[in-house]
Amino acid sequence: MNWNAIAPLLVLGSSLLTGLIIFGLPERQHGLRSALNMTGAVAKLVVIGFILSGITQNESYQFRYAVLPQLEIVLHADALAMLFVTLSASLWLLTTVYAIGYLEGSPHRSRFFGFFSLCVTATVGVAMAGNLFTFFVFYEVLTLSTYPLIVHRGTTLSLRAGNIYLAYTLTGSAIFLSGVVWLYGLMGQVEFVPGGSVSALLTTYPGELRFIFFLLIAGAGVKAALVPLHGWLPRAMVAPAPVSALLHAVAVVKAGAFGIVRTVYEVYGVSVAQALGLLTPLAIAACVTIIWGSLRALWQDDLKRLLAYSTVSQVSYIILGVALFGPIGTIGGLAHLAHQGIMKITLFFCAGNYAETLGVHKIKEMNGIGRRMPLTTIAFSIGAFGMISLPLTAGYVSKAYLLQGAVAAGAPWAGWVLTTSSILNAAYFLPILVRAWFMRSAGSWPKEKTVNRRWHETSALLLFPPLISAIAVLLFGIFTDVTWSPLFWAKLIAERQYVNVANVLP
Amino acid sequence: MNDPIPWLVVLPMAWASLAFVAGPGHGGRLALAGVTAQLILAVILARAVDVDGVHTHHIGGWPPPLGIELAADGLSAVMLLLTQTVALPLIVYARAYFAQAPAGLRYFWPLTGFLLAGMNALFLSADIFNLYVTLELISLGAVGLIAAKGGVDAVAAALRYLLIALLGSGAYLLGVALLYATYGSVSLAILAPLITQDAPQAVALAAGLMVTGLIFKTGLFPAHFWLPPAHAGAPSPVSALLSALVIKGSFYLIVRLWLYLFLPVTASAAAQFLGAFGAAAIVWGSLMALRQVRLKMLIAYSTVAQIGYLFLLFPLVTHNIADAAHSAYRGIALQVLAHGMAKAAMFCAGGAMILSSGRDNITQLAGISGRLPLTLFTFALAGVSLIGLPPSAGFLAKWLLIDAAITSGQWGWVVVMIIGSLLTAAYVFKVLNQTFKEPEQTVAFRPLPRMLEWPPFLLACGSIALGLRGTDVLNLLGMP
Repeated sequence: MNWNAIAPLLVLGSSLLTGLIIFGLPERQHGLRSALNMTGAVAKLVVIGFILSGITQNESYQFRYAVLPQLEIVLHADALAMLFVTLSASLWLLTTVYAIGYLEGSPHRSRFFGFFSLCVTATVGVAMAGNLFTFFVFYEVLTLSTYPLIVHRGTTLSLRAGNIYLAYTLTGSAIFLSGVVWLYGLMGQVEFVPGGSVSALLTTYPGELRFIFFLLIAGAGVKAALVPLHGWLPRAMVAPAPVSALLHAVAVVKAGAFGIVRTVYEVYGVSVAQALGLLTPLAIAACVTIIWGSLRALWQDDLKRLLAYSTVSQVSYIILGVALFGPIGTIGGLAHLAHQGIMKITLFFCAGNYAETLGVHKIKEMNGIGRRMPLTTIAFSIGAFGMISLPLTAGYVSKAYLLQGAVAAGAPWAGWVLTTSSILNAAYFLPILVRAWFMRSAGSWPKEKTVNRRWHETSALLLFPPLISAIAVLLFGIFTDVTWSPLFWAKLIAERQYVNVANVLP
Repeated sequence: MNDPIPWLVVLPMAWASLAFVAGPGHGGRLALAGVTAQLILAVILARAVDVDGVHTHHIGGWPPPLGIELAADGLSAVMLLLTQTVALPLIVYARAYFAQAPAGLRYFWPLTGFLLAGMNALFLSADIFNLYVTLELISLGAVGLIAAKGGVDAVAAALRYLLIALLGSGAYLLGVALLYATYGSVSLAILAPLITQDAPQAVALAAGLMVTGLIFKTGLFPAHFWLPPAHAGAPSPVSALLSALVIKGSFYLIVRLWLYLFLPVTASAAAQFLGAFGAAAIVWGSLMALRQVRLKMLIAYSTVAQIGYLFLLFPLVTHNIADAAHSAYRGIALQVLAHGMAKAAMFCAGGAMILSSGRDNITQLAGISGRLPLTLFTFALAGVSLIGLPPSAGFLAKWLLIDAAITSGQWGWVVVMIIGSLLTAAYVFKVLNQTFKEPEQTVAFRPLPRMLEWPPFLLACGSIALGLRGTDVLNLLGMP
């Protein structure tokens, strides 16, 4: 095996090995465990750096292994995979730092960080999966490794949330699996290739293809929290804040959205999906989800639940971008995959800081919190501005592409949906910011913790991750066309998706 | 001397007899040495079969019809490998287990030896009368093991099992008599072409009797009622042995007869019928597992459900699409292996938890994750394989079975398998869920020796690892 085959394995192995070692560590070895965690996270980024530079020189990174004759595990670090891998690995590093600070002094940390590492291993596996079978394998490992994190606290509420999560996701995967097996039965192998590979079946099995598409989207849609399959996500909010960050930004909902991206672009091919009339229903489902999520967020009084409904809405921006036929929409959707992750993780970090430092969970308790925790609240504000898609934030960039994409695809109604959603986002985020910055605090906080006052508001491990991600939100919003930015990769990927269908484009 | 076939039968008999003479104190060491040697023999045999096909051995050098013929093809080799692979960690586990809880130890080693001899002989026998003898050997060993713990419950469970086993063997023997009366032979090799040529009514009747008898012994719904009390009541190493291996013996025989002997006389309606009972077993067994409050009863009902999957083979394989039949056959083989290892691991892990906490109640498992993390992990891994989640052998099995069902257009079985998987997840996570709770009062957990934790862990890892090395086994298996 040469380096090009080993590199994808190293990306997996850097966190898998870390996780397995951590499982074996005694609970009290906090220093060693943190060191291992950080080493794994940094090592992963180093390998990713090598792969990225290789890809720009047209190197191909692929690993193949047959588990059964004609059934292969394929890891392929292509441009689309690397967009997701890079996002996950960088956010994982931030989340690890944050989690070390957040869980200080709590029990069962070996178990927590072990599954935490498995979770990110599964996510990069989902990202690098080179065929539908491999995708499903890692998709399921992801389900299994997130469950212990959701029920981590062991309370009745979190156990119920865990059960609901499993009920949704396992049913979703069963549906997904039947679609995958069916497609394998028809085609033999279902590799992910730009432009898709089912076109040969287009004339003989159009009905079957439509139904399989429905199965695959429904299966992936559970994790992507498409309405009405989203019920698990707000309930899973009982998990500790780093887990929420992981669910919303790094791993689970992203894996679902990514599954839809792969299905549309690299299994079916965007032109075949269009020819089968599958994109419009998908776009409608995404629009319904966008509006529904935003509306529900309006009525929440719990900050984390509000953020959860906001995720429901925002992840469907990605799906809408995918469903809008045309490269501009594609670019918007893919860029939003990264942008939404960075913005949402900022918001969750901040919400976690409020809860951990001051015991603030409800929105009505946030009066004057900006004066008590100014840096956290600045980060929160930047994240919120991004969600509303104000200019100079990353959210604006992807939204702009999505709007143009909607016009280009001849679906101006999708543009109206996006605008409405922005207004709704403003309607639920701005009152929070007004409370935080301009209203007077009640004098005491629900459950204030005495912390090291050097950073004024909270411990450094909790403060720096949201600050860094907030700065990234601004950077990606200002320097849009720099090489290596998410937008740059999104354009690169979109080019490849539409290369084979140039003649279909208007 | 260099032919492993007879030794696979003689060796367990020999160490069983020695263990009987030496007493329970020394049986463990003899068993360990014996089963290790058996495993090596099984590997040698598997390699030989892989290279040059079916191996036969004539006992005493007498060829049939006068002498007894033993034969090993791919299917036999795979089953022999499974038996020794599961038995070896079980022996290690049993030694540690009985050191902690001696009830039922007295005749454990000799009975296990005879049971394993019976299993190995079953997989090697090439005529239907010898097969009957091996069936009886297995049943008697199993009845003894169930009863050995003593007490009313154990004896009642053992007697119920004995009754069913005798009924099953009786029906089987009647079928053998009918076939012998019709064709004048009991050899599988001689009977097969004769049945293909010309099969009078009596043959169909014989097939019905033999298969029905074996179904009782396998514990297919609705003839499963004897299974949960027998498997759950026995000491954990015995539960593992019974659930993982013994029921696979009679199932193997059904497959052998159905695919190699009775294919010309089996109507597709009969196959669908067996499949329907399988489906009912999956749903009923899983629902009952979900309702249990005792851990070992839950695991035992899980076996009832998993047996159901095995019987989906018949509707899928009898279909006239070769691809579907091929997938189904390979899928069931993997299912047998995956369940064998995962269920043994699960019973052992469950047994270890009960031994440590002193209770057999699922709601009282809170706090075990801090005390027995490895055992809990074992339970979870075994559960993953039973549910059929990747990456595990159980997943590959389900993949192949769903593929077979879709290719042959039998959508009903797809739905059954998916519902079965979800129900399995429900009862596996019912247990795991409890372990995340914080214990309400400080429960005293007994510390366990390593040998109670590691062998089941290795078994569970085996059922996962097989999901990545499925090709080797399937190559050995060959075609039906």
